[in-house]
Amino acid sequence: MADKLLLSMKNINKSFPGVKALQSVNFELNSGEVHALLGENGAGKSTLIKVLGGIYIPDDGEIYIDGKKVDINGVRSAQKNGISIIHQELVLVPHMTVAENIFLGREPGKYFVNRKKMSADAQKLLDEYQMNISANTLVGNLTIAQQQMIEIIKAISYKSKIIVMDEPTSSISDNEVAKLFDIIRTLVKNNVGIIYISHKISELGEICDRVTVMRDGQTIGTKNIKDTTKDELIAMMVGRELTNYYTRDYNASDEVLLKCENISDGKMVNDISFELHKGEIIGFAGLVGAGRSETMKCIFGLTPGSKGRIYIRDKEIHIKSPNDAIKHGIAFVPEDRKLEGLYQVQSVRYNTTIEVLREFVKMLSVDYKKEKAITDEYIKKMSTKTPSQEQLIGNLSGGNQQKVLIGRWLATRPDVLILDEPTRGIDVGAKSEIYSIMNNLVKEGMSIIMISSELTEIINMSDRIYVMCDGSIRGCFRHEEVTQEKIMALATK
Amino acid sequence: MEETKIENKRQAQYNPAINFLKENMGILVALAVLCIVLMINPTTSRTFLTQKNIFNVLRQTSTNLYIACGMTMVIILAGIDLSVGSVIALSGCVAAGCVVHYNLPLWLAILAGIFVGFLVGLFNGAVIAKTTIPAFIVTLATMNIAKGFAYVYTGGAPVRVMTDEWQFIGGGYIGIFPVPVIILVIVLIITGIIMNKTMLGRHLYAVGGNPQAARFSGINVAKVNFIVYIFSGIMAGLAGVVLASRMYSGQPTSGEGAEMDAIAAVVVGGTSMAGGSGKLGGTIIGGLIIGVLNNGLNLMNVNSFWQYVVKGVVILLAVYVDFIRHRKSN
Repeated sequence: MADKLLLSMKNINKSFPGVKALQSVNFELNSGEVHALLGENGAGKSTLIKVLGGIYIPDDGEIYIDGKKVDINGVRSAQKNGISIIHQELVLVPHMTVAENIFLGREPGKYFVNRKKMSADAQKLLDEYQMNISANTLVGNLTIAQQQMIEIIKAISYKSKIIVMDEPTSSISDNEVAKLFDIIRTLVKNNVGIIYISHKISELGEICDRVTVMRDGQTIGTKNIKDTTKDELIAMMVGRELTNYYTRDYNASDEVLLKCENISDGKMVNDISFELHKGEIIGFAGLVGAGRSETMKCIFGLTPGSKGRIYIRDKEIHIKSPNDAIKHGIAFVPEDRKLEGLYQVQSVRYNTTIEVLREFVKMLSVDYKKEKAITDEYIKKMSTKTPSQEQLIGNLSGGNQQKVLIGRWLATRPDVLILDEPTRGIDVGAKSEIYSIMNNLVKEGMSIIMISSELTEIINMSDRIYVMCDGSIRGCFRHEEVTQEKIMALATK
Repeated sequence: MEETKIENKRQAQYNPAINFLKENMGILVALAVLCIVLMINPTTSRTFLTQKNIFNVLRQTSTNLYIACGMTMVIILAGIDLSVGSVIALSGCVAAGCVVHYNLPLWLAILAGIFVGFLVGLFNGAVIAKTTIPAFIVTLATMNIAKGFAYVYTGGAPVRVMTDEWQFIGGGYIGIFPVPVIILVIVLIITGIIMNKTMLGRHLYAVGGNPQAARFSGINVAKVNFIVYIFSGIMAGLAGVVLASRMYSGQPTSGEGAEMDAIAAVVVGGTSMAGGSGKLGGTIIGGLIIGVLNNGLNLMNVNSFWQYVVKGVVILLAVYVDFIRHRKSN
């Protein structure tokens, strides 16, 4: 059944400035096969898929479909070659109907849209897959789960030979997962080849034939699902040399500085309780969607209506807004520095001092000297490379932008510093500097909560690691006893 | 990621005056060229550069500049205030009405007019701060409501105040300086202080540039919105009173299109409609360009209808030049 070679990607190389995203990657897909693609965040899965889908052009390498070499130089070109990608983020238009969304860009009719035909064709598809939805429903009125199913149906309607599904079950219920698997089995009967990306390793056994594991931009190996185990796959995903660019030469105390009990926000955070000792670094590990950032947002007062108790030095405190949190000595460096942190059109100086205006803006006058001094202090402390304080922050490299952002929060002299993915999208050199800075901060008495999806980072930097999955804490490991396999076992379903 | 090459080595020493010249080079040149043309052109060369004419230009531009100060802050906030023109009409009529119908002393009438602007701004600010209704819609609505009230209050007819005392604010002099120009200087100083010397000023750029990040920073986004629209309303109220004074009457038809002139001054001055950046200095130059342009066309006896065309072309040119300059430097 799944024997004829449909797709062959040979020797694919793709680099971005400072990062080798794909190194000599080889990947094969047979007709009528469901082939899983497995790997950590940053392993290269998304990049490989984007190359296949025409979103990135590879630096090197060849792609063959049905034995013929193809040149994929854009999204339309990929579609013409029979490739369809169902992205993880939904790309539907909420104000349009299901029918309009499915046929977006290829509406039936010459000059005027033939609405009747469009609606009828869409309804036929929906009924074929037993969706129980009218084709004229506004997509915005559907649940996320239903929207995901519409995405899948839309991709299928392109009659592609190769369908890539990126985390298709991340937002759908068990019922719909069963439906999805039925759809997949039908497609497979029609010799469609499916590339299935998912973190839910237990799911793969049900629906996939083979699995390829990627790590650090390379393919590690391909196995038949029947011939391998969850443990073996995890070992392939994480097996990595521990490099020695981490610094760690402090001792955490036993004094409990921050205690959180029963934190929940009614959506992605369910009953989280944890402790932070003075002078300690604790890590929060887990996959995307586990609820780690959301937990910290609750604590920082960004989620109105969140529940739970927070104690600092055994005294209960109430945090209803970020200002309250800041007053109690908590600082939060968010994970998306572009969207949630930096003021792109402003200078390094503005971005550094925006939290501590009170220190130099008094009574209708600005002490520019003091402002410059504060900015200087944190440029030095973070070893930020910038030609001047007035440099537009958007002109700095990612690593230096992140340093400015961390510096901004350090300027508030917090007792608790929450870092959400502090080294995401940063070159190796800057990463090492940030680790060293974190080490110095805790030596000087600060306590740090670090959220990270990079296992080596979180294992090396944390005194204790909480592992979250689906909104709750599944376990806690001490530095001496933790391994990557233990974390992944709890982080995945 | 690669380290960014060091640009602008001379920027190691930051000098505000030089920076001002650099940022506004385009429009400063435009203003200079405009003035030079008017000084050379035979029709206008004798009349343009006289003290009388210069102060005239300033007097006529000053009301637009009051509103433009408020509008600068509103646009930096990534918002817009379309109601200022109608507020001019309403506040002028109310002030005139206070004197004529209720026999209130002049200072009280002036305060009442400004207070009208404050109230409209308060309403705008409250709705914009507390709901997700876009500023465009809210101020479009208040624009119509305020204009309607002006007509209702006056029955459609001007409220004439034929006293010298009334006319002083808009048409009088203190020494050689027209009163509106003195008021303008005070307004500019106050706006400058708010924008550059207060925490609110910094927060303004944060909320306008990245409201998400501003929330994360603990900035009270609603409060900033509230205050800025109130300020815009007060400026419009002030402009309304000054205009009514100069026209010896409160007229429900006054201020027509004033919001567009204010937006033009702000945009020509280099403030981006996307929010998060912009300086008062640019707005001043933008306002002056429009004012000198109008003055020049008047001196040349150009059909006043052409003034619209010219104004539109100038706005396009100014923004286009700015676009080119920024594209080059990226």
